[in-house]
Amino acid sequence: MSSPLDVERVRKDFPVLERVVHDDKPLVYLDSAATSQKPRQVLDAIDDYYCLHNSNVHRGIHTLAEEATALYEGARDKVAGFINAADRSEVVFTKNSTEALNLAANVIAWAESPLGLRDGDEVVITEMEHHSNIVPWQMVTRRTGATLSWFGITDDGRLDLSDIDRVITERTKVVSFVLVSNILGTVNPAEQIVRRAREVGALVVVDASQAAPHLPLDVQALGADLVAFTGHKMCGPTGIGVLWGRRDLLEELPPFMGGGEMIEMVTMGSSTYADLPHKFEAGTPPIAQAVGLGAAVDYLSALGMDKVAEHEHMITAYALDRLQAVDGLRVIGPRTAQDRGAAISFVLGDLHPHDVGQVLDELGIAVRVGHHCARPVCQRFGVPATTRASFYLYSTTAEVDALVDGLEHVKRFFGAPGGRP
Amino acid sequence: MKLESMYQEIILDHYRRPHHKGLREPFDAEVHHVNPTCGDEVTLRVRLADGCSENPTVQDVSYDSLGCSISMASVSVMTDLVVGKSLDEATRAYDAFLTLMRTKGDSASVMDEVEDVLEDAVAFEGVSKYPARIKCALLGWMAWKDATARAVTTKEMA
Repeated sequence: MSSPLDVERVRKDFPVLERVVHDDKPLVYLDSAATSQKPRQVLDAIDDYYCLHNSNVHRGIHTLAEEATALYEGARDKVAGFINAADRSEVVFTKNSTEALNLAANVIAWAESPLGLRDGDEVVITEMEHHSNIVPWQMVTRRTGATLSWFGITDDGRLDLSDIDRVITERTKVVSFVLVSNILGTVNPAEQIVRRAREVGALVVVDASQAAPHLPLDVQALGADLVAFTGHKMCGPTGIGVLWGRRDLLEELPPFMGGGEMIEMVTMGSSTYADLPHKFEAGTPPIAQAVGLGAAVDYLSALGMDKVAEHEHMITAYALDRLQAVDGLRVIGPRTAQDRGAAISFVLGDLHPHDVGQVLDELGIAVRVGHHCARPVCQRFGVPATTRASFYLYSTTAEVDALVDGLEHVKRFFGAPGGRP
Repeated sequence: MKLESMYQEIILDHYRRPHHKGLREPFDAEVHHVNPTCGDEVTLRVRLADGCSENPTVQDVSYDSLGCSISMASVSVMTDLVVGKSLDEATRAYDAFLTLMRTKGDSASVMDEVEDVLEDAVAFEGVSKYPARIKCALLGWMAWKDATARAVTTKEMA
């Protein structure tokens, strides 16, 4: 198997990958679905911003204010290009995906008829969602009297869309789903869901947190109305996320938070709101973080998202093969690399994932353990938690090998040939 | 290896063969506690001795638990330390265990103070070096404290 990326060269861009942990163990970082590492290019862009251009954006007329504004708005242009937005004003900067999804849920709920949520309306999500695409909808449906329903998951870790016409009905106002599952790795069939949502006139919200970092994302081709993702999983810093929305829809939706930056004119009695995208960006935005995200987008684009996706597909296929050959290991999620992202959850015999992760950490291998903010998925598969290894553009087959060796060590450590202590 | 300081044999023994496990009648209070970071769960019942003593005997602690080796072993060791003891003695063990968990790996500084009270539970000293696992070790103790407070209230109301 060969990768379309020069991975050794890519790895040199990421200073943290040269680290050792626990005295002398080279870091094997398999937790990119939680957050990716950051390349030097992103760190430099943030450093440059603070060292040379730091200022608040938009209102100033001095040199630094103009430079900071140009950098911040330049990052918006880069993101718009990265996701093929029709218009730069469709890119709203948020804190992260969670804020983007809360923004989406709340402004849809608040909107005037016919958009807003009312008693008797339905919102459809899936059992595969991250908590950030479950809880906001629970909150707004409870508040408005709308009902929440969802698609289940098949034994193979795919969405069960067999009764799609009965789940998405004429009363459905919003369908919100994850494009790539953070726990199962599943890539969901967006086209089929969007088509059915369109038939009934429902809005479509897509959580692309695990898609934007790993696959070419074209929001126009996707056909959704609102798309959320976060910077820190795609080589950018924390504290910056994106909500993309169709321009005509964003214009109709009310603002989320009130404050500076989002207004046109304020009197003591009332206010009018700024144009897009500033209407949704109250307060001083995360400027350096946006600049960092812009640099991340440049970095990913220079490598080519098609090549990133191809590399990860290769690693995922290799990892699935090797992991499933480990005695006592059960993959939770699709067992082949088809329509699958690079996050692989598994359980190892009866060993609790926390114990698995702890012993792996001692070997320098960073995996995530727990319910991955997707507790309903764990319940669906009858496990309290999973161990998750997730790969990215800098992951190597040698790291997969290290993980597999590590799992054998875990079993020996707990004295369990098949994993049973 | 540092890891063995956390996964001591005593802990692994309790994990493999937990003491006092299973939910039993009668009980005065039952609680369900979870550790959301890893999904450890414990359902725990406390039975205090009847009578109007202000310092009743902890007659039984029974539980059903699901989770990592540290949380499962900790609740098992905890039951050994509180069942059959007076509420004051059991609370002293609880306080000592909390003290041990808050040492951030520097257990030597408190060992004199907690050693006699904690018996087998001193084996958890290594856990205090791992911030992510302290909650695992405390789960059963927190559940016991909560259930006991409820049991005391129930008795007072009766």
